[in-house]
Amino acid sequence: MPLIGKQVTRPRSRRPLSATYLTSILKGMWITLRHIFRPKVTMQYPEQTWQLPENYRGLPALVKDDGGRVKCVACFLCEYVCPPKAIEIEAQEITTGVEKGPKIFNINMLRCIMCGYCEEVCPEQAIFLTKESTTIGLSRAEMIFPKEKLLAMGGVRPDPIKKWARLTRAEGHQETPVAAQSGVVR
Amino acid sequence: MSETLHGSIDGAGEDRTFDQWVMTTRLAEYVAWGRKNSLWPMPMGLACCAIELMAMVAPRYDVARFGAEALRFSPRQADLMIVAGTVTKKMAPAVKRIFDQMPEPKWVIAMGACASSGGMFRSYSVTQGVDEIIPVDVYIPGCPPRPEALIEGIMRVQRLLDERARARRPAGAGRPEPVGAAR
Repeated sequence: MPLIGKQVTRPRSRRPLSATYLTSILKGMWITLRHIFRPKVTMQYPEQTWQLPENYRGLPALVKDDGGRVKCVACFLCEYVCPPKAIEIEAQEITTGVEKGPKIFNINMLRCIMCGYCEEVCPEQAIFLTKESTTIGLSRAEMIFPKEKLLAMGGVRPDPIKKWARLTRAEGHQETPVAAQSGVVR
Repeated sequence: MSETLHGSIDGAGEDRTFDQWVMTTRLAEYVAWGRKNSLWPMPMGLACCAIELMAMVAPRYDVARFGAEALRFSPRQADLMIVAGTVTKKMAPAVKRIFDQMPEPKWVIAMGACASSGGMFRSYSVTQGVDEIIPVDVYIPGCPPRPEALIEGIMRVQRLLDERARARRPAGAGRPEPVGAAR
């Protein structure tokens, strides 16, 4: 049977030093040796943490204003815009002068993709993405965060605009139109 | 014999040199100690989460500090499956098969929104969470999660291992069942 292709002879080194591969091994070890003296890059995670940028998008959370009022007015915009439909809201009438607020506000953190659309769309600036990024869970139910937990995560954000100041201040007096007209249910 | 090993409780008038030099433990806890410091992950990288998984193994985060640097691409040698990414219905049988091929005791981390719950893929072609087909021990939210979050997950698995050994239960016991079609 004739051979297919051209027969070649492999060049054989005549030098005995390269036949032992010693130079190659030493070259490789030299690279290893150089790296020993380079600065160490490992971050000792649980003790050291990465400095996250200010605009980092972590888990979302609800906030209260400096008066302690839950800023969310249950407009459902975040629920509507949420791409994975992670937010579940149920509204209720409230007595603080703002008429409406969330009764149930659940965010399924396992669904959430931290896209920040909810923060972007919120007309009340009531939902923010925190820098929290290392939360884990052992079950699905545990990772559905209720309103109370979200408020605790978000804390207080000072509100420079005071959009609802007139109504909430008037709440103390009973002649406010909102409080008087609505048969307020808590 | 055991009195000699542990000494008396108040130690009054007893020879306590033995306690100073000998550490005693139960076999189950000893085995768990060995297991938890040599978790060999099976990198089930199915989507972009796998990039963060690789970052966790790389020098900056260096999961070798937790003894879990030996990513085994053979399920026979792995005991921690990290499902990183979207589990499509087409991939699901392969994931299940690989999980079944892993020897007991074994653990599963669902990394990221897709593996944990389907994430934004509410689709006919995507399983709504890998826990529909295999039991998941730790869920990590994020899209994708940071390597730190994954390290937290591995640390949680290590603690789970310890807790199960302390509770005198076999390592596989108490593992959650697959939730099936529950959303």
